[in-house]
Amino acid sequence: MSSPATGTTAAPAGAADVVFDVRDVDYAVGGRPIFAGLSLGARRGRITAIMGPSGTGKTTLLRLLTAQIRADRGQVLAFGADLANLDTREIYAMRQRVGMLFQNGALLTDLDVFENVAFPVREHTDLPEPLIRKLVLTKLQAVGLRGAASLMPAELSGGMARRVALARAIVMDPEVLIYDEPFVGLDPISLGVIQRLIKQMNQALGITSIVVSHDVQELCSIADDTFLLSAGKVAAAGTPQELKASSAAAVRQFMTGSAEGPVPFAYPAPDYLAQLLSAEDA
Amino acid sequence: MSEGQLVGGVRKVGAVTLFLLRLVAQCVPALGRPRLIIAQVYNTGARSLIIMMLAGLFVGMVLGLQGYTLLQRFGSEDVLGSAAALSLLKELAPVITALLFAGRAGTALTSEIGLMRATDQLTAMEIMAVDPMRYVAAPRFLGGVIAMPLLVAIFGVIGLYGAQLVGVQQMGVDKGVFWSQTQGAVGLREVTEGLTKGLVFGIACSLIAVYEGYTAERTAAGVGLATTRTVVASSVLVLLLDYVLTAAFLK
Repeated sequence: MSSPATGTTAAPAGAADVVFDVRDVDYAVGGRPIFAGLSLGARRGRITAIMGPSGTGKTTLLRLLTAQIRADRGQVLAFGADLANLDTREIYAMRQRVGMLFQNGALLTDLDVFENVAFPVREHTDLPEPLIRKLVLTKLQAVGLRGAASLMPAELSGGMARRVALARAIVMDPEVLIYDEPFVGLDPISLGVIQRLIKQMNQALGITSIVVSHDVQELCSIADDTFLLSAGKVAAAGTPQELKASSAAAVRQFMTGSAEGPVPFAYPAPDYLAQLLSAEDA
Repeated sequence: MSEGQLVGGVRKVGAVTLFLLRLVAQCVPALGRPRLIIAQVYNTGARSLIIMMLAGLFVGMVLGLQGYTLLQRFGSEDVLGSAAALSLLKELAPVITALLFAGRAGTALTSEIGLMRATDQLTAMEIMAVDPMRYVAAPRFLGGVIAMPLLVAIFGVIGLYGAQLVGVQQMGVDKGVFWSQTQGAVGLREVTEGLTKGLVFGIACSLIAVYEGYTAERTAAGVGLATTRTVVASSVLVLLLDYVLTAAFLK
């Protein structure tokens, strides 16, 4: 597969420069609103960070972007097309331009590392076997795991599994890479490796990147644009430096990671003393 | 049964039916990938062979023993061959094979697909623009549908051998009489009935196993529950369908 848009930002006007555009979206699950009036955009060739405390619907946002779910109100545009107007075939065509890295890698457990990376190629192309071999080995080399080609996913550590998943996500040369919580549960070395890889993919291959995470420090060091989600909408947007310098209480609390602030540490509960003294255990 | 349970039951039947339609639609493109289907025939069929053959042997031996004791009372132990062959081919082979299939292969299918769902593997496929209905569900469904009639046939043959082992070798029924009785009683119609049941049970068991796995809740407990539902629903449905098919074949 070719990647016509990588690097060449010969887009005509501002709108085409935004790869994913979320416009005033509402979304609710079982009557509980997740998003209310959410608007954000990911620009071509940049690393867009989407941050927010747990439970602010970051993963739900990724499901919206990849058309696994539909917005109740508002528009989600991918490559300029409204996802609500696409049929299944067109959605699959859109997804071929997008790679996604799942939190746990989501490698297919019955295939070895090589076959996992080869999977999208085999499914979508009729390339001859020697070419597939070269392609897969190149991508595995890019994540430093060419030597692990014959291992099964169960034999990999968490960090390795995520790197294999990254090789799989880029094997079809996508225009956009979406990372779901790429830093969670990694040791400092793997974390640094993943961080560097995200930056490399963006700079060397010109891949537009969307990173969803709540790891503020790791994210701020690589992001170009950041969106901070809170209460179903964007609470703050800008460069990482702008967010760090923000004086808004909610932004400050999140960026510095303090327990006190507008976002409560404790889940709502009845009065502490009254509950301890109540005769409920009689 | 309360109204809510009734509505829930009807809704579930509707959901399974819709799932079957989607599955059948994906079976046509899935047929173009014979390697995936062969792998599943091996998984569900070949790997169930030992338990099926053992069960067939013992069921046949019990049949020989019980049949001989009963028939001897009327001095007609010579018809043991036809009695064993008919009960095996028409009833015991398809029903017991299907029940064992639900326990051996059905549970494996449900938990495998359920865990693929729970670990985002199915979602990952969707994002890679590969329909998991086509890549995961349809080959497993087809594999089960192909494997079941074959297992029924093997069960029947082994069972007949088991009945012969006890009836002829141990109890002393004449060998020639046993086999000529068998030959006389079993025609194309009887074999067709057994294999048709096998095919229908194969469709039912594979459908339930794949559906339960595909719709399992994405937790350890959810996959466990789905596996249990597979066994319960398959078993009940097999026995119910068995009655319906038997009645239909008697017409």
